[in-house]
Amino acid sequence: MNFDDTPQEAEFRATARAWIGANAPKQYEDELRKSSLGRTQLKNANILDVAKAWQKKKADAGWACLHWPKEYGGRGSSPIERVIWQQEEGPFGQLSRMFIIGHGMCGPTMMAFAREEHKRAYLPPLASGEKVWCQLFSEPAGGSDVAGLRTRAEKDGDDWVINGQKIWTSGAHYSDYGILLTRTDPTVPKHKGLTMFFLDMKSPGVEVRPIKQASGASDFNEVYFTNVRIPDHQRLGEVGDGWNVSLTTLMNERSAIGAAVSTGFPELFEYCSSLMLDGGPAIEDRAVRAKLANWAVKASGLKYTSMRAISALSKGERPGPENSIGKLVAGSMIQDVATYALDLQGAGGVVSGENAELAGRFQAMLLRAPGTRVEGGTDEIMRNIIAERVLGLPGDIRVDKDVPFNKIPTKGRG
Amino acid sequence: MNFDFSDDQKQLRDQARKFLTEKCSPKAVRAVLDGKAPYDKELWKGLAEMGFLGVAIPEDFGGAGAGHLELCVIAEEMGRANAPVPFSSTVYLAAEALLIAGNEAQKKKWLPAIASGEAIGTLALFEGKGNPSPKTIKLTAANGVLNGVKKPVADGAIADFAVVAARTGSSGRDGDISLFVVDLKDGGVEVKSLTNLDPTRGQAEITFRDCKAEPLGAAGEGWSILTQVLDRAAVLCAFEQVGGSDRALEMGRDYALDRIAFGRQIGSFQAVKHMLADMYVSATLARSNSYYGAWALSTNAAELPEAAAAARISATQAFQHCAKNNIQVHGGMGFTWEFDCHMYYRRANAMALGLGSLSYWEDQLIDRMRKKNAA
Repeated sequence: MNFDDTPQEAEFRATARAWIGANAPKQYEDELRKSSLGRTQLKNANILDVAKAWQKKKADAGWACLHWPKEYGGRGSSPIERVIWQQEEGPFGQLSRMFIIGHGMCGPTMMAFAREEHKRAYLPPLASGEKVWCQLFSEPAGGSDVAGLRTRAEKDGDDWVINGQKIWTSGAHYSDYGILLTRTDPTVPKHKGLTMFFLDMKSPGVEVRPIKQASGASDFNEVYFTNVRIPDHQRLGEVGDGWNVSLTTLMNERSAIGAAVSTGFPELFEYCSSLMLDGGPAIEDRAVRAKLANWAVKASGLKYTSMRAISALSKGERPGPENSIGKLVAGSMIQDVATYALDLQGAGGVVSGENAELAGRFQAMLLRAPGTRVEGGTDEIMRNIIAERVLGLPGDIRVDKDVPFNKIPTKGRG
Repeated sequence: MNFDFSDDQKQLRDQARKFLTEKCSPKAVRAVLDGKAPYDKELWKGLAEMGFLGVAIPEDFGGAGAGHLELCVIAEEMGRANAPVPFSSTVYLAAEALLIAGNEAQKKKWLPAIASGEAIGTLALFEGKGNPSPKTIKLTAANGVLNGVKKPVADGAIADFAVVAARTGSSGRDGDISLFVVDLKDGGVEVKSLTNLDPTRGQAEITFRDCKAEPLGAAGEGWSILTQVLDRAAVLCAFEQVGGSDRALEMGRDYALDRIAFGRQIGSFQAVKHMLADMYVSATLARSNSYYGAWALSTNAAELPEAAAAARISATQAFQHCAKNNIQVHGGMGFTWEFDCHMYYRRANAMALGLGSLSYWEDQLIDRMRKKNAA
């Protein structure tokens, strides 16, 4: 049991560190370091422009999408090298959040299912951040029931014609391309009638409407499709096999381990170390210490769970469903941490934004936190995954399993 | 980086699990629980023969000289099996105190006897309510004799010797405390068994009356040695707690798959599934924190105090959580004497107090994190 790099890993780390030291946009380092959930923005610059410039610089020097093959714009690195890179990139890694859907999910799906000429044409500009991708899965009636989607794709000559609506699409408002899951046959059970495509987001008939979230920010969108035409050669996988294609996408999401999960704990610990309460420093208060200790061991538990996963990865093991715990634990923790930080501020905690304590860091966290417990699978779905795929408990009873999709009653928004 | 046990260590784990599955069945645990014996003597002998008691004791003192990672692996299996033997008091507390502070003669006298299973040892620290603190120690040592009362002393009624914390000064500081080794068979002590939450690991009250004692380590160094001993024991106990958590989770999972109610396996109900998923989460966080503790312990890293406190808190919480909810999954059967659930519930809650309660370790963790941040 050790934390040391192998000689090759150490060499890779040294090279990466030197390059980052010489090339990273240092003028934003402090802001990026202090950004936390709900607050990744730059005061005097457009974060998307800064992110794109950094990504392009990385791509030109061969540091983009490390684990992708070189011919598609990557570096052909091992998973462990990717983790080392993330550790070295530190706060600048926050910038790549803008591309997380494209790099983590769309790219790998294209690699697995697109034609070779499409891979060579579309993947390098995705890797370099010149083109941004989004993932069009969720729908108003779907929610956690992804396969319950209703966006139709109908064959018309060599094209497919798309009509319907997607929702919760991260970054659609600045995306160039998207991967799209549609229903091509409503007369068979829901998982069997789906087909996946990729499309140009500038296609006629695509309309993107940003959603204003509880936090006031707009990270997500509704996307409407009215008679949008997609050529058949942009289909990913077989007609009717879209569910399996989407599982590949979702599995890739899980393998994005090693990236630090935000728990809010370091921020809270730092805050309590400096905060003065009536009787003295907050951190000397018995009740505060108990709270902090409980969150400290969750945060360290997540950190070392991730290190165990990285060790397994370096031995060639595949990341499994047990990695669902990162988001499950961190999601509700960051919400609780933010709530507690405001509790410590008393009545003053109600003030948000620049005039608030720490420029409203915890207030922003509080308002963004509910989203982390929902996006990429709710807490409840994460628990189901652990219960079913790790512990081997029976799946939920699905009353719609063998029913043709067009016979399933639906109501409500997801 | 390799943040995992080695193949050899995993093999040792398999070996320990196989041995304990055979020699430490729930029936064997029950024999002690039901009061038929104070501990399982056969199992203790077997553990010595397997070399498990001396796994971290150097070869010069009759041990296997393997190391603390190996001891962590065995500790996890001891916890899984809920072994009714004085393992933690002898191996984690007494042996570690001797390894840290004992002189050559003391090590020669006691360590080989521990490794061979001939001597049971313990740490006599507590004097009634309260967490580890120099202030709670009233027992005095003067001119090599001890006077005072210790309780609870883990496995005190069956121990051959004890490491005793005594007051040797009156400055009101940590330096007032010194440690002594007492051969409990030499007289000067009165030992009384105490009923306790977990009868598979006994507790006693020991009264020392002009009892002859040998200093362990330098005078006034007692508290600093004790802190080290408790930190090391915290990591080792955390592995027992992780083993217990996993076993309680497994029992709950198996029962949820087996038991049918309302026409379906109860494990198909989301409420039950989610309870089990949460048990898995707490057990996993505890395991990861404990691995970090194991690394710090085995390398004697500067991070040990913080790592030990984190492992201790996380593993205590996980074991309590899993043991409690294992009973809940079992429903009414879960709190019958007949089912094994309560054995883990007892052990979880007794272990949560043995090295100082959660609140003590929470305090330690925050102090140690602050110290690190200040450094």
